[in-house]
Amino acid sequence: MGSLSKGFSSTLGKKLIMGLTGLFLSLFLVIHLIGNLQLFNDDGGKAFNEYSYFMTHFLPIKIVSYALYLSIILHAVYAVIITMRNNKARPVGYAQVNGAANSTWSSRNMGILGTVILVFIVIHMKTFWAEYHWGGLPYVQYEMSLQNPEVVRVTQLPFDGNPLVHTKFVDVQNQTEVVVAKDLYFVVQQAFQQEWYVILYVISMIVLGFHLYHGFQSGFQTLGFDHVKYKPIIDFVGLWVFSIIIPAVFALMPIYMYFAH
Amino acid sequence: MSGNMNLTLKVWRQKNATEKGKFVTYKADDISPDMSFLEMLDVVNERLVKKKEDPIHFDHDCREGICGMCSLYINGRPHGPKRAITTCQLHMRSFHDGETITIEPWRATAFPVIKDLAVDRSAFDRIQQAGGYVSVNTGGVPDANEIAIPKVIADEAFNSATCIQCGACVAACKNASASLFVSAKISQLALLPQGQPERYRRVQAMVAQMDEEGFGNCTNTGACEIECPKEISLTNINRMRRDFYNAKFFKEEEIN
Amino acid sequence: MVLDSKIPQGPLAEKWTKHKFNLKLVNPANKRKYTVIVVGSGLAGASAAATLAELGYNVKAFCFQDSPRRAHSIAAQGGINAAKNYQNDGDSVYRLFYDTIKGGDYRAREANVHRLAEESVNIIDQCVAQGVPFAREYGGLLDNRSFGGAQVSRTFYARGQTGQQLLLGAFSALNRQINAGKVEMYNRHEMLDLVTVDGKAKGIITRDLLTGKIESFAGHAVLLCTGGYGNVFYLSTNAMGSNTTAIWRAYKKGALFANPCYTQIHPTCIPVTGDHQSKLTLMSESLRNDGRVWVPKTQEMAERVRKGQLKPQDIKEDDRDYFLERKYPSFGNLVPRDVASRNAKEACDDGRGVGTTGKSVYLDFGDAINRLGKSAVEAKYGNLFDMYYQITNENPYEMPMRIYPAVHYTMGGLWVDYNLMTTIPGLYALGECNFSDHGANRLGASALMQGLADGYFVIPYTLGDYLASTGPAPVDTSHPAFAEAKKNVEDQINTFLSMKGTKTLDEYHRDLGLIMWEYCGMARNEEGLKKAKALIQELKADFWKNAIVLGENEEMNMSLEKAGRVADFIELGELMVDDALNRKESCGGHFREESQTEEGEAKRDDENFAYVAAWEFKGDNVASELHKEELVFENVKLTQRSYK
Repeated sequence: MGSLSKGFSSTLGKKLIMGLTGLFLSLFLVIHLIGNLQLFNDDGGKAFNEYSYFMTHFLPIKIVSYALYLSIILHAVYAVIITMRNNKARPVGYAQVNGAANSTWSSRNMGILGTVILVFIVIHMKTFWAEYHWGGLPYVQYEMSLQNPEVVRVTQLPFDGNPLVHTKFVDVQNQTEVVVAKDLYFVVQQAFQQEWYVILYVISMIVLGFHLYHGFQSGFQTLGFDHVKYKPIIDFVGLWVFSIIIPAVFALMPIYMYFAH
Repeated sequence: MSGNMNLTLKVWRQKNATEKGKFVTYKADDISPDMSFLEMLDVVNERLVKKKEDPIHFDHDCREGICGMCSLYINGRPHGPKRAITTCQLHMRSFHDGETITIEPWRATAFPVIKDLAVDRSAFDRIQQAGGYVSVNTGGVPDANEIAIPKVIADEAFNSATCIQCGACVAACKNASASLFVSAKISQLALLPQGQPERYRRVQAMVAQMDEEGFGNCTNTGACEIECPKEISLTNINRMRRDFYNAKFFKEEEIN
Repeated sequence: MVLDSKIPQGPLAEKWTKHKFNLKLVNPANKRKYTVIVVGSGLAGASAAATLAELGYNVKAFCFQDSPRRAHSIAAQGGINAAKNYQNDGDSVYRLFYDTIKGGDYRAREANVHRLAEESVNIIDQCVAQGVPFAREYGGLLDNRSFGGAQVSRTFYARGQTGQQLLLGAFSALNRQINAGKVEMYNRHEMLDLVTVDGKAKGIITRDLLTGKIESFAGHAVLLCTGGYGNVFYLSTNAMGSNTTAIWRAYKKGALFANPCYTQIHPTCIPVTGDHQSKLTLMSESLRNDGRVWVPKTQEMAERVRKGQLKPQDIKEDDRDYFLERKYPSFGNLVPRDVASRNAKEACDDGRGVGTTGKSVYLDFGDAINRLGKSAVEAKYGNLFDMYYQITNENPYEMPMRIYPAVHYTMGGLWVDYNLMTTIPGLYALGECNFSDHGANRLGASALMQGLADGYFVIPYTLGDYLASTGPAPVDTSHPAFAEAKKNVEDQINTFLSMKGTKTLDEYHRDLGLIMWEYCGMARNEEGLKKAKALIQELKADFWKNAIVLGENEEMNMSLEKAGRVADFIELGELMVDDALNRKESCGGHFREESQTEEGEAKRDDENFAYVAAWEFKGDNVASELHKEELVFENVKLTQRSYK
């Protein structure tokens, strides 16, 4: 036990926590992105709302989501702890620093980038996650023809104080499948009608891209992973998948929603 | 002489560790491009001494890039603008006439300023004292050729062993981390068969001392590798991490 | 005074083994009652301090650098010799012994050199066990290269930085003992005096270079491992801080100084560019394997080259003088260091030198590049070419390199007996600062060998013999001799600090260097040496009148540090001149123009000069007294070197 706690309290151990949580968060981004692709479905938000329900009510996913919240907190808290030590390690700075000569801008500004992302996450969770859990969200009803699933009838169920629950059943008489769900899609739609909100999202995703440009491959290094043959693959994935494609697709969502509605 | 340069130097002057320092501007006129950077400072100092002014103190010794004594943070970079050399190997032809050159000491809590541009790097010695050795006494060792070491391994160990303990890695790192230095020392012995018996003990002891000295965290910016006059690779840091995690989290023997 | 070298009796090959048996031992339980002071942390100092601490002695170790690892052994490039015969090419302890004696031009002790050759094999084992990354073959075993003065491949190396790797090995052993509490390490401490009590060395006085504190340290014995004094020439390949102060002050306390005039001048250094030059950089002499040395045939042509009107690559083959190949057809460019150096100087003195200063000759790889191809040359010498390009801004692939000789190593040093003890009981000298093993000329890759042999394998035995005889009674600094020595040091510092003249210390050092280089450098003659002596005396008088020393004692003060070192260099310079005047023969690195063969080669005079010249200090401004230790050669036949 002594060895474990000594291990984690060392500079290397603290960074290991950063690396592990960071990579876990990166992995989550992939899942989150795949899920959110439902937004691009032209189904009045049915897939998206069903997905939202699944994500919040399936036990294993719920457990993982708590790990996720913990990771965000640990990642942020350790960032602060590490930065404090780093500042203490050089209380008197240089008058002139030519950092561009020896390192990437991202690598030198992870703290600022991370702070922006943290603020973004707070706003993001307030708008969607908190609303979904505790806000008075309207419900929506989808009726799909069993013969032709393409045909969907969407009925808004305004919030009138009567508690509704997520339901899914097959109406044999009408030959339809009926889904009643919390209408998070509506919230998303509403949110992304505001220009400043779209801009905030796009900027945040650019920031995320820069954060991951350094963070993804750095996380592997922090784990001690380094291999002449595989490191280039990690660098490639870090650059293309995590710092370009994922943030770009995320950024497309508000833009799409803005223009599609 | 024709081709000589007139320069302006902005030099950090600090009487001792406790007093506050400041930048002082000096004119360095008629500087030959063939001078090394330290010879340029010699010339400036010689002129100061003639005027009975205290010369600029800086550390230096071998002046051929191997003792690791010279330092200087020149125009925002340790050992100046060129790659893979120390300040003593930097020549004035890398600068141009009329240029202003800012010269600062290495900055780190673990490297306190002694005077002007000279800093105390004894933290590096203490880290090595904590475990940077193979515990063999003189005499009674096997014949040198009894241990066959694959050439690639020997070469890789050599690459780590080229570290000259100058501290440029710490100076370059935005976090003042000593990871490149410490990991190079750890790697040399971790790679060689001679270093195996104490491998996990060593990494724990040296990392603990590194932390004790107040160096910052490694955030993998890679600045150290670029500024290292001996081009020591970042791979060493990752190797150190693997050994450290292994020792702390996986080895059953409670070593440290 | 009779110099007793204490060379053991018996056949050469058995002397050391027998001697080790005859030496007294210190009981293991008693060792911790002894304190040993080690000054200097290079190969000799670090290895001695570590080994003595391993044995159980308490060691106080000192270095003036900020870390023991920065001692100038770090800068050795080429390699370390050892008679391992791993190459199966006929090497043996005896052959290494013979090559070293011959290379030293028969001015070293047979017994010492044989011991060195015997211990050479142990050094390699020790270093490998410590984790020194020597070069290896694909099969995993150690690689060797060949070096000057030998016909076998016996040099172990670690790319171009063997010195650093060996020193890091010794440094790691030292660190282990510091960690164990057996060595107390004092960095940035400069030894300023030796303390003797009843004629025995009992301690030292040091200045803390950070705080200026003058401290006394007591020990049962004092080991000086402080390196060479090549910086007496101002320009040399030594580090800026390398100095003679420790051994010089010991000399003034009664230790004899042997063969001070033996200086090694290395032919392949990067030439001086101007007055600002602070030190010279050596390039491995392996360059002479493929490079051809030449100057223009005529002075007129050389003049045009110096003015930049003519490029060396445009000079026709017929207009070039490949003077080494011309004069020494059988050895050509591979003549020994001293011969190559002297001939380069002669060519420059003849007005045919090149470069803006006229003080360099060409080392041309044009032929080699044509013959082997650029990539082959790059593979062999790439790092050296890069270093040269870095310093000179001239591309050696496109134009010939320029080289000039530079002071590199001093074979002279404190006189020591077979036990490495000086004439002061309890004071030992190890490594380059003693005179013992290289005679009048050192072979390449032998300096590292000697430093480590002395520290790892000789002193641990011989020191015990002395300590056992003195007994473990505690020592401290309460004896009045400590207070007196301390006061002398403080007085001298105060004198220095009161010197507010007009001339800087570097100017004095440079002036001294010029005198030494001109008159006591590669070639010496009576007239010049006499002139040098007068000039040095003048310089010395002027120094104490007109030098500028700034600052105060209680701070880091490079001016004050330099003052003491330059003062000692000036005095040593005079002794070197005295020694060179006395030795009317030519031998090894010492070339007296009066003593040369008809072809202009060095001529030894074994009849009159087969001795070690050991000088005794008799007081300031009083002539030192010469003592002679006759050299007896029972195993080798003295022959004249010839490289024609």
